[in-house]
Amino acid sequence: MNIDRRLFQLLKEERAPFILSLISGGLAASMLIGQAYSLSQVIDGAFMQKTGIQKLLPLLALFLCFSLLRMAFNWYSHTEANRGTVLIREKLFNRLSATVGTLGPLYTRSVQSGRLSTTLLKGVEALDAYYSQYIPQIFFALFTPVLIVCTIFPGDWISGLILLCSAPLIPLFMILIGKSASAMTEKQWKTMSRMSGYFLDVLQGLPTLKLFAQSKMQRSAIEEAGEGFRHATMRVLKIAFLSSLTLELVGTLGTAIIAVGIGLRLMAHQLTFQQALFVLVLTPDFYLPLRQLGTKFHAGMEGVSASKEIFAILDQPQPAIGLKATLLDEESVARKPIHFQDVSYTYPGASQPALEELSITIPAGKRTAIIGPSGAGKSTLINLLLRFQEPGKGEITLEGSPIHSIPLEAWHQRISWVPQHPYLFNATLKENILLGKPDASPEELQEALQKTGLIAFIKALPKGLETMIGEQGSRLSGGEAQRVALARAFLKNAPLLILDEPTSHTDPELEAALRSSMEELMVGRTTVIIAHRLETIRSADQILVINQGKLTQSGTHLELLAAGGFYSDAFHLQQESES
Amino acid sequence: MKTLLRLTALVKPYFWWMALAALIGFATTGSGIGLLMTSGYIIAKAALQPPLGALQLGIAGVRMFGIARGALRYAERLISHNITFKILAKLRLWFYDAIEPLAPARLMHFKSGDLLQRIVDDIQSLENIYTRVLAPPLTALLVGLLMWFLVGVYSLQAALIVLTFHLLAGIGIPLLTMQLSRGVSKGIMQHKTEQQILALDLFQGIGELQLYGKLPAHLTAMRTAESGKLRLERKNAMIDGLHDSLTGLLMNGAVIAVLWALIPCISTGQVNGISLTVITLAVMASFEPFLPLPGTVKHLEADKHAGERLFEILDAKPETSAPASPLAFPREHTIQVERLSFTYPGSRSKALDSISFKVLPGEHIAIVGPSGAGKSTITNLFMRFWNPSEGSISIGGNNISLFDPEELRRNIALVSQRTYLFAETIRENLRLAGPNATDEELKRALTAAGLGHFTSKLDEWTGQHGMKLSGGERQRIAIARVLLQKAPIMILDEATANLDGVTESEVTQTLQAISAGKTLITITHRLKAMEQYNRILVLEKGKIVEQGVHSELMARDGLYRRMWELQHVVEVG
Repeated sequence: MNIDRRLFQLLKEERAPFILSLISGGLAASMLIGQAYSLSQVIDGAFMQKTGIQKLLPLLALFLCFSLLRMAFNWYSHTEANRGTVLIREKLFNRLSATVGTLGPLYTRSVQSGRLSTTLLKGVEALDAYYSQYIPQIFFALFTPVLIVCTIFPGDWISGLILLCSAPLIPLFMILIGKSASAMTEKQWKTMSRMSGYFLDVLQGLPTLKLFAQSKMQRSAIEEAGEGFRHATMRVLKIAFLSSLTLELVGTLGTAIIAVGIGLRLMAHQLTFQQALFVLVLTPDFYLPLRQLGTKFHAGMEGVSASKEIFAILDQPQPAIGLKATLLDEESVARKPIHFQDVSYTYPGASQPALEELSITIPAGKRTAIIGPSGAGKSTLINLLLRFQEPGKGEITLEGSPIHSIPLEAWHQRISWVPQHPYLFNATLKENILLGKPDASPEELQEALQKTGLIAFIKALPKGLETMIGEQGSRLSGGEAQRVALARAFLKNAPLLILDEPTSHTDPELEAALRSSMEELMVGRTTVIIAHRLETIRSADQILVINQGKLTQSGTHLELLAAGGFYSDAFHLQQESES
Repeated sequence: MKTLLRLTALVKPYFWWMALAALIGFATTGSGIGLLMTSGYIIAKAALQPPLGALQLGIAGVRMFGIARGALRYAERLISHNITFKILAKLRLWFYDAIEPLAPARLMHFKSGDLLQRIVDDIQSLENIYTRVLAPPLTALLVGLLMWFLVGVYSLQAALIVLTFHLLAGIGIPLLTMQLSRGVSKGIMQHKTEQQILALDLFQGIGELQLYGKLPAHLTAMRTAESGKLRLERKNAMIDGLHDSLTGLLMNGAVIAVLWALIPCISTGQVNGISLTVITLAVMASFEPFLPLPGTVKHLEADKHAGERLFEILDAKPETSAPASPLAFPREHTIQVERLSFTYPGSRSKALDSISFKVLPGEHIAIVGPSGAGKSTITNLFMRFWNPSEGSISIGGNNISLFDPEELRRNIALVSQRTYLFAETIRENLRLAGPNATDEELKRALTAAGLGHFTSKLDEWTGQHGMKLSGGERQRIAIARVLLQKAPIMILDEATANLDGVTESEVTQTLQAISAGKTLITITHRLKAMEQYNRILVLEKGKIVEQGVHSELMARDGLYRRMWELQHVVEVG
C-alpha cells in the first residue's frame, strides 16, 4: 500500500489542529502583504513625496500592527501543527508498541532488538518533521505565492507573470531530484538503523570480544561502519543539496530579474516607485515558502523512509486471538488433559519442519517429561503450549476445545513458566520476583524465597531485595536467575506448570535442596518438564521422547528402559559416566 | 565549561575546515544582503530617472550576488555536513577506544540499553556541535559587523540602532529561550533513556510479560514515558515558534526604528532617498543569521549534558591495563596461584579467600564446589577482567599482569556458562576465535563440537543474541570457537551444563580429546568423569577446603564425597 496515503490517513484522523494551523498560517501570509504595502508607502512618502516623519507615523504604526499580527498568527500556526503532530506520534507509538506486544517473543527474537528500538523510538520521532513541517509547508508553498501574485498582478502584471513562470520550475526540479533522493534517504535510514543494532551488539558482546582478543580489531569495523555511514549520507546530501541549490538559484535569479525589470519600467514611467518597492519587498517572500519546501521535503522524506519500517511491523500477520471467548476457570485447566492433534510447525524460512504431525496427550494433574537431543523440537512444543506461536497444522485442545479459542491473557494466567534463560527486568530483585504475584504478602514472598533457596543469596547482597538487576540480570548467575523464575512460579501458583530445564544452571547440592520444593510445586498440577538430567525425569508419570520433530517413544521410566532406544541409551550412558 | 572545552578539543583537528565553512557561510548571507541592497539600489536610482548607464553597476551586482548566494550555500552545506560526519565517526571511535579497556569490570553498573542510548544519541547530538553550536554565532557576529560598517557609512545613529536590535536578537532572545526551556532538553534525554530501557525489557522479556499478565502495564509505562517526552518536546516546539516569531518582530522593529531615525535626516540632506531604501532592505535581510541562535543555546545545553554523560562513563579508571612493555607469553606455562583473594566492589564477603594452587603444563585439574563458592571469579581473574585484591596468578613464573592482556587471552581458551553470540552469521561468530580460519577449518571445528549439521549453514544468521539457536547449539558454537583458538591453556567454566545427557558425553569426549597435551582447568559443580583429573580442588565460600585426586577425596568424609553422593544416588526404581 502507498506509504503517502497511509501517512495521510493518520493525518486525517487528527485533522482539526492542522486545519487551524493552515488557516492561521494563511492569515499570517496576508499580514505580509499589509506589511509590504505600508512599508513601501512609508519609504515612498519619505523619498519621493518628501513627507515629514510626523505625517508618516500612522503608516509606521500600521506596519507595526501588521508585524505584530503576523507574528501572532505564525506562532499559533506553528503550535497547532505541533499539537496535531504530537497526537499522531502518540497514536502511532501506542499502536506500534501494542503490535510488538501481540507479536510476542518469537518475533522479537527474530530481529535485532537494537533495530526494533530504532524503529519504535527513532522512527516515530522521524515522522515529526513530516507532519509538523512538510505537510503544512506543502499548503503554504501553494497559498503564499498565489496570494502574492494576485496582489502584484493589478499593479504590475509583468512582474506577476515573471513570478508565475518561474514558480513551477521549483516543484519541477524538486520532483526530478526528489525521486532519486527519496530512494537514497531510505537507504540511509536503513544504514542508520543497522548501525544502531550493530553498536548494541558490540557493546553487549564486548567481554566476548575481549576473550578472543578481538576487541581492538573491532575498532576498524566501527571505523568502516562510520565511514560507510558518512559516504552513504553524503551521497544523499549531495543530491538533496543540489535540489536546494536549484531552488535557491531560481529564487535569487528571479529576484534579480524582477529588480532589473521594475527598474527599467520605473524609468519608462510605467510604474511608480511605491509600486516597484512593493513588488521588490514581496519578491523574496514569494520564493521563500517554495525554497523552504525543499529543505522540509528532505526532512519529511526521512520520516517517510522510517515509516516503511513502522508499517512493516504494523503489517506483520497477527496471531489469531480467540474471539469467541471460551470461559476458562482454574478447575478446567487443572482437570482437563491437553491434546496435541497432528500438530506441525515449520519456522519461516526453514526447510525442515520443527514439529511434524505430533499427536500427544498431556494428562491433567500429572507430570509429563519431554526428552530428546537438542534441536529435536522440544522448545517448539513448549512455545506452542505457551502460545508464543500458532501450530501451522493441527490443533491443540483442552479436552476437545481448542486452546486458541481461549483469550490469550486468560490462558497465560493459568500457566507458570520457568524458562531456561529467564529474563530479568531492569528493576529491583523484589519487583522481579513479585512479577508472579504483585500483591503477595511479605510472608508469601519469604516462603517463595525459602523454597527456592534464595534467602542466603539475598542476604549477601548489600541492598538485599532492593538490589537493582542490570541488563539481562547481568549481576545474577544463570542459576540464580532460574531460581528467581522458580520463585515467580511459586508465587503465581497456576494450574499448568511448564518447566524448561528449570535447574540446568544449578549445582547438584542446591538442586537436591530445590527438588523437594519442586516436587511440592508439581503436586496436583499439570506439569510439562523438559530436562536433561535423568534424576529429574525418572519420576515423571509419562516420558515423551522426541526426535527430529516426531514422537519416537513414550511411556514411564521403566517401560522405556525395557523398550530400549534413546532413553535407555541415555540412561545407561549417564550411569556409566557416573560409576 | 570544562565539558565544553573537552568536547571542543575533540573537534580541534577539523579547525581549518570549520573556519572555511564558517567563512563561506558568512559570504552566503552577505550575498543575500547584497542582492537585496543592489535590487533596492536599482529601483531607487531608477525612480530618479537617471541615464540608462547608471543602472549598469546595480544590474551586474544583482546578477553576481544572485548566483553567488546559491553556489556558496551549496558549498557551505556540503563542507559543513562532511565535517559533521567526520566528527561523528571520530566521536564513535573515541568512545569505543575509551570504553574498550573498561569492559567488563567497570561497566557492570551500566545497562546496555542505557549505553546504546548514550552512544547513539549522545554522540549523534554531539556530531552537530559544529553546525549547530559553533557556526551560527560566528556567522551572526560577522554579519553584525558587516552591517555596522554598511549602515555606519550613512548614519552612526542608524548603525547604533541596528546594533541594539542585533544584540537583542543575538543575545536577548537566546537568553530568554534559555530561561524558558531550562531543563527541557535534559528532561527529554532522560525520558529517552527510560524508554530505551523499557523497550529493551519489552523486546527481550516479552514472554515473561505475557505470562505474568504484565504486558498491558508495561505498554502503559512505555506510553506514559512517551507522553512525558512528547509533552516536553511540545514545550520545546512552542518555545522554538516563539523565538522565530520574536526574531521576526525584532527585524520589523529595527526597520521601524531605522526609518524613524533616518526619515528626518532626508529633509536635512544628510541621507538621500536611495540610501534610505537600500539600508531598510539591508536591515531586513540581516536578521536571517540570528534565527538559529536560540537553537544554539539549546543545543549547547544538550551537548553539555551529553558530554557529561559520556565523560562520566569514560573517566572511570580501567580495572586492568596493559603493561608498557609486556613480556612475551612463555612457552613453559606452569600456572602458580598464590594466596589469591578477591572481593567484588560493593560486596561484603570475599569471593575468594587466599587460595593457592599450582598447575604444571599438560596437567588437568578441576575446581568444584557449590555455587557461590567463587569458582567463576577465578576465571575472571585469569582473564584479567578483574585484578586480584591480594595475591597473584603467574604463568611461567611471571605475574600475568606483566603480559599484554590480549596475548594472555589468546593463550587461554574459555568456554563459560553463558555464550554470547553476535547477531551475525555463524561464520563470523566462529571467526572471532580464528580470524584467519578457512571454511574447511570452521567446518571441522563445527563437526568436532557436535554441530555437523551446521557445516552447510555458515552463512546463516544467528539472530538476536543467537536466539535462533537452541541452548545446546549455542554452547557447542562456543566449543567450536575453542577448537579454532588453539590455545595451550583451556578453562571450561560449566561448559556442558546446558547439554543433554547424550550430547554432553559426546562433547565431553571431544573436549577430552582436544585437551590432551594441554593444560586444563575445569570449573564445574557436576561431578562427572572426575577420575581424569590430576587434581581436584574443592572450593567452599572462597576457600579451598579439600584437594586431591578423585579416589583420595572419596575416601575422605568431606564436602566432595557429600556432593558426589548427592549427584549419584540411584533411587530404587
